[in-house]
Amino acid sequence: MENFKIEVDGDGIALVTFDVPGRTMNTLTASVIKEVGELVERIKTDAEIKGVVITSGKTTGFCAGADLGELGGSGGLGGASKGQEGLQAAFDAGFALNKAFRELETSGKPVAAAINGLALGGGLEFVLAAHYRVVADLPKLQLGLPEAKVGLLPGGGGTQRLTRLMGVMAAAPYLLEGKSMKPAEALGLKVVHEVVPAGQEVEAAKTWIKTKGDPVAPWDKKDFKIPGGGPYTPTGAQVFIMGNAMLRKNTYGNYPAQQNIMKAVYEGLQVPFDAAIRIETRYFIKTLMTPQAKGMIRTLFLSLQELGKGAGRPDGVPHYDVKKVAVLGAGMMGAGIAYVQAMAGIETVLIDQSQEAADKGKGYAEGLVKKAVSRGKLTQEKGEAILALIHPTADYANVKGSDLVVEAVFENREVKAAVTKLAEAQLADTAVFGSNTSTLPITGLAEASIRPESFIGIHFFSPVDKMGLVEIILGEKTDQATIAKSIDYVLKIKKTPIVVNDSRGFYTSRCFGTFVQEGMELLSDGIAPAIIDNVGRATGMPRGPLEMHDDVALDLSHKIAVQTKKDLGDKYEERPFTAIIAKMVEDLGRYGRKNGKGFYDYPENGPKTLWPGLSDLVEVTVKDADKALIEQIRTRLLYRQAVEAARCFEEGVITDPREADVGAILGWGFAPWTGGPISLIDGVGVATFVETLDQLAAAYGARFTPPALLREMAAKGETFYGRFGVKEKAAA
Amino acid sequence: MADAYIFDAVRTPRGKGKKDGSLHEITALSLASQVLEAIRDRNNLDTSKVDDVVLGCVAPVGEQGSDIARTAVLTADYAESVAGVQINRFCASGLEAVNMAAAKVISGEADLTIGGGVESMSRVPMGSDGGAWPTDPSSAFKTYFMPQGVSADLIATLYGFSRDDVDAYAVESQKRAAQAWAEGRFNKSVVPVKDQLGLNILSHDETVRASTTMQTLASLNPSFTGMGEMAFDAVATQRYPQVERMTHVHHAGNSSGIVDGAAGVLIGTKEMGDALGLKARARIKGMASIGSEPSIMLTGPSLVTEKLLKKLGMEVGDIDLYELNEAFAAVVLRMMQALDIPHDKMNVNGGAIAMGHPLGATGAMILGTMVDELERSDKETALITLCVGAGMGTATVIERV
Repeated sequence: MENFKIEVDGDGIALVTFDVPGRTMNTLTASVIKEVGELVERIKTDAEIKGVVITSGKTTGFCAGADLGELGGSGGLGGASKGQEGLQAAFDAGFALNKAFRELETSGKPVAAAINGLALGGGLEFVLAAHYRVVADLPKLQLGLPEAKVGLLPGGGGTQRLTRLMGVMAAAPYLLEGKSMKPAEALGLKVVHEVVPAGQEVEAAKTWIKTKGDPVAPWDKKDFKIPGGGPYTPTGAQVFIMGNAMLRKNTYGNYPAQQNIMKAVYEGLQVPFDAAIRIETRYFIKTLMTPQAKGMIRTLFLSLQELGKGAGRPDGVPHYDVKKVAVLGAGMMGAGIAYVQAMAGIETVLIDQSQEAADKGKGYAEGLVKKAVSRGKLTQEKGEAILALIHPTADYANVKGSDLVVEAVFENREVKAAVTKLAEAQLADTAVFGSNTSTLPITGLAEASIRPESFIGIHFFSPVDKMGLVEIILGEKTDQATIAKSIDYVLKIKKTPIVVNDSRGFYTSRCFGTFVQEGMELLSDGIAPAIIDNVGRATGMPRGPLEMHDDVALDLSHKIAVQTKKDLGDKYEERPFTAIIAKMVEDLGRYGRKNGKGFYDYPENGPKTLWPGLSDLVEVTVKDADKALIEQIRTRLLYRQAVEAARCFEEGVITDPREADVGAILGWGFAPWTGGPISLIDGVGVATFVETLDQLAAAYGARFTPPALLREMAAKGETFYGRFGVKEKAAA
Repeated sequence: MADAYIFDAVRTPRGKGKKDGSLHEITALSLASQVLEAIRDRNNLDTSKVDDVVLGCVAPVGEQGSDIARTAVLTADYAESVAGVQINRFCASGLEAVNMAAAKVISGEADLTIGGGVESMSRVPMGSDGGAWPTDPSSAFKTYFMPQGVSADLIATLYGFSRDDVDAYAVESQKRAAQAWAEGRFNKSVVPVKDQLGLNILSHDETVRASTTMQTLASLNPSFTGMGEMAFDAVATQRYPQVERMTHVHHAGNSSGIVDGAAGVLIGTKEMGDALGLKARARIKGMASIGSEPSIMLTGPSLVTEKLLKKLGMEVGDIDLYELNEAFAAVVLRMMQALDIPHDKMNVNGGAIAMGHPLGATGAMILGTMVDELERSDKETALITLCVGAGMGTATVIERV
């Protein structure tokens, strides 16, 4: 075995060290899964072995779980329906690990796990199959089953053992939300038996084997009772009845993984353990076959990881270490950018028109640091050191020596041009000038620059300290070195970069805008506002389109519409809803959430309520929603965004499906269950998508008309990830 | 095919369905047996002529399990040739039992049957039988399961019934029930429940409150706000996105009471009635059941009424009296709204809001109420219906002969 080392001591205790060669972290690769079976066979048959202690040879932890790279590949199960033989093979493969863990548990020899670092997913399931768990008292050590977060179901007995250890109600957040636990918490929840100082796990595990060494799992004992009771006990029934409803409330039924976890738990708890894990594996396979699992693994795990390592960075440019950055404009965005830079150890010059305004911008970071210190997340010293990196000033002379500038002043070409000139006067030739604009084309802004090849868009999202995405926008003249340097900067501040080409609204704002616009289309179609926002939320978007519009601000939307009309002239397509917004903004002073009056009213006490006057402005003709209408609205809201993303590919605004999908979910909260708009299209199939778009276009207008690229792909049977995806690199 | 005639209808009074209720110390079996005994004794019935006893029971576990209908047949000392079957259509079980008993007669399978029901909610609490529908994620997700009270509040929200509307309906129900009792309108069918010694332990419906007013009801907090906010309001708005915000209006005072009780209806062919000297009081004119949207659950009555009336070639206006189980005030308000039924034709002697709803028995009880009321008020036809769990409705039309 290459992944496990076995040393049997004088007491007959086999110390099994889990150590996958050539990797920094243990994962359950295909080779490991095969060897777990061999390991168990050896334990069972080797008479010299009286007991077993399992630990890890890695300092990084015990095991991080399944190899999602491999699983994502076999996520090739995605969507396709398989024949009886294929399903049986999938079951057999999926059951191998579950079965091996069960054999370890029933080998008749006591097994203790010495957990010396994180144990996640299959890693935790491995140790749950041991009879005794000792964990090192490391404050950051995580134990958990994060599968549900990437659309998967714990398939190594986790749904069955965790519920039998903790009870269904207590286990629910760990199974359904992928919440993890720290050692002390795990001890309290009876998931582990002992917490010992780091380094003493193996000894403590051996001691248990020598002194107690009970080789029978609790659920294999005659008097075993599920904590809190099974589904058909009075308390257990309530847990399931409420749990089912809470799950619908939280997921809108969009996530098959969570539903299947519930089903596996419900059905599994009613049968003996050996049957329970068969049920679990069936639901594991069922989940793995969904397009949601495929999309979520790819986007929320693999692509996110790849982009986080700079996958989109041009080759051949040396790493650019950004040490000092000037942020122009200390408003909300500038202040947030200053904060994340300081957190990443970047010396930050925060410039505004007056010292007072600049100080106020630093105040934002001071507030956040203070909060972190009071919560014990930062020490006083570290907090002070972070704040000391931010230099508020009104003097552009301080820009000197900056490796990069982020311009975050008003969305006004003249103002931006002016500060560009002031800053560039101080900059070295190698420095990058980034504009944090969300609407103005970069090529146009670069005209104010004397060095347009170093001019680039660096689009942050608000609130900067919470939003993980940065959209990098190339102007016509932006050079490769500037792209690479910008990516290095974004990675340094621990954000995920995507690179897009210049276009109105770039990629994220442009596609996000279509969601809000389609909400307006639905409104002018006479659909009741409550239906629009309730269905909007149920698509998996963070909010409904009307409330989202209120959040964005109606006056801003109106301003953009007026500007776009001016810019596009004859090409501008006037939609009925623009008049609604114009009336709300110009005549009624309803600007959205910011002035407490938009599509909703925002009373001081209590939740927002739909503005009753809206029905006078737009006649409501559709007051009821049946399932068919719900489905239709859902499709309109999601496909409208997806077809825009497809157009962005056709126009070359975005070129990498990974960036399109990650950017959508991180940037504007596109329904995560889809894995992103491009995964959504690939998941339903381009041909089917085109067919639906044609129907939508016939019914609702040209905005749904499939671009030529989609028709071509449909004809050729292509997928986005096939056509535009990065070709598999040899040996990941 | 034969016609099915109703010869007699018997019910127990309804006792408060809690540990301090008068019938709590009487077994469910005893309640069912006493009803069968009363039918036998009042009619001087040769029980060997009875082919089958169909009893509704919604929580058929514990003492209500193991086919309580056959058990009651034996305990009541009916001839051992009399079969017994327990059925469950949730709240319409008692009416469904009557319909099945009638169907046996109509089809020729039987000449004389008893349909009825029993539920001791104080002894076998609601929900004791478990069930996959709300518990198994496979069905709970698919059906957007929510508890009935939330469904009733959803009906009120969707169809615009305010707290005042439902409370006013409840006040009227109490008033009508009290008046009906005062005038002895239930005397024909109510038989007192006897204790173990044979002494009367309860001879009237225990939960009627003639003193109920809008003011007394106003002090009650809505019952389903908490569980609604926890999760079920969200379930409701996912299925009915036209609802911006749920309003919770139902409480113990405008919903059916939890009670104990049993009922039975003697049904047979004309020929059998003549042979046994039984007087036919009414004829079963038609019966129907329907499935409706399961999450809102309680809109079946108007749908099954439309289905049944169409089958019978009748119009809403052709029915003299309507009896719809008062599961929740909004359920009745919705049926009156949907079919444009005037309140003076609906539940004329009050209903379950005042007198309670012993789940398995109610349908047979309110059918008996209609047999009595048609005679008392000298009217011809009545339609009896109930809303049913998981989205169903059951209805029966009877006419005097």
